[in-house]
Amino acid sequence: MAENNRAVLKLNEKFASSIIEVAEFRGEVTVTVKKEDILAVLSFLKQSLQYNLLTDVTAVDYLGKKAERFMMVYQLYSIPNKDRLRVKAAVSEGDCRIESATQVWATANWLEREVYDLFGITFDHHPDLRRILMTPEWEGYPLRKDYPLQGPDREPYKGRLS
Amino acid sequence: MGVDNPLGDNIITTSLDALVNWSRKSSIWPMTFGLACCAIEMMATGAAHNDLDRFGIIFRASPRQSDCIIIAGTVTKKMLPVIKTVYEQMPEPKWVIAMGACACSGGIFDTYSVVQGIDEALPVDVYIPGCPPRPEALLYGIMKLQDKIMNDRNSFGSAIGLGNRIESAAA
Repeated sequence: MAENNRAVLKLNEKFASSIIEVAEFRGEVTVTVKKEDILAVLSFLKQSLQYNLLTDVTAVDYLGKKAERFMMVYQLYSIPNKDRLRVKAAVSEGDCRIESATQVWATANWLEREVYDLFGITFDHHPDLRRILMTPEWEGYPLRKDYPLQGPDREPYKGRLS
Repeated sequence: MGVDNPLGDNIITTSLDALVNWSRKSSIWPMTFGLACCAIEMMATGAAHNDLDRFGIIFRASPRQSDCIIIAGTVTKKMLPVIKTVYEQMPEPKWVIAMGACACSGGIFDTYSVVQGIDEALPVDVYIPGCPPRPEALLYGIMKLQDKIMNDRNSFGSAIGLGNRIESAAA
């Protein structure tokens, strides 16, 4: 099924060496690519395949579950073709940076600031990379799995005492 | 009162403190400052059915004209400096009502981004439990604040610069 997706066909032609995995689940097509090629893939998807709307940029923390800790997720939508595509790229904790998608979609600006704020992934060539939700002097990245839920300055919740 | 009424029934005698307290409690002007769902209940309390106006309570859009702030909702750590600024802009005397579980204790939001009770930052006079409290509960809390204001001592003296106002706990 996923192999017949219009975007997957074109990406397989042009970026065969960049694609790590193509998966389909309940009609949602996900393409996992190498981090180094993310910008080329995304701009190709926008320029040639008319994925002109970047719905969301987010990240997943696979702490202790995968070798490369973070996974960047880009949700794309094509207004003329009325179809969606999910693009993923793994980011390791040691080299916690990825090229910014602001060069392709301007709307990635605030979405990437949110990912930077909550996951601590740095976006290269981002025009204004600073915290967006937490206070500017905040330490740590709250959506990381090893961040204590109640904040670093409090005794962690150990369940109900009664 | 142990005072004869030489001037008939048109004159009542009272203490200046009681006069000042009575006028203060009868014109509590709260700051319009809603933070979450509690603000909806606060608006409902101010609207026609419960009608806060009959207590002389008129919501003001400026801290400079307010003497009470109802913390109506979840206080995030990012919002806390704003609330502190608004509180500091209010002229004395001023009172704080913590409305709802979040303002009293953080409520269900036991997380890194939420202040665990506004009493960490402001001196709270009345705590109103509930999630959110019904308008009746807010009314009762405001009446408790009125009782507290009525029990203040030296309120006239402090207004003309003689000593401090002595507050007591709500009755």
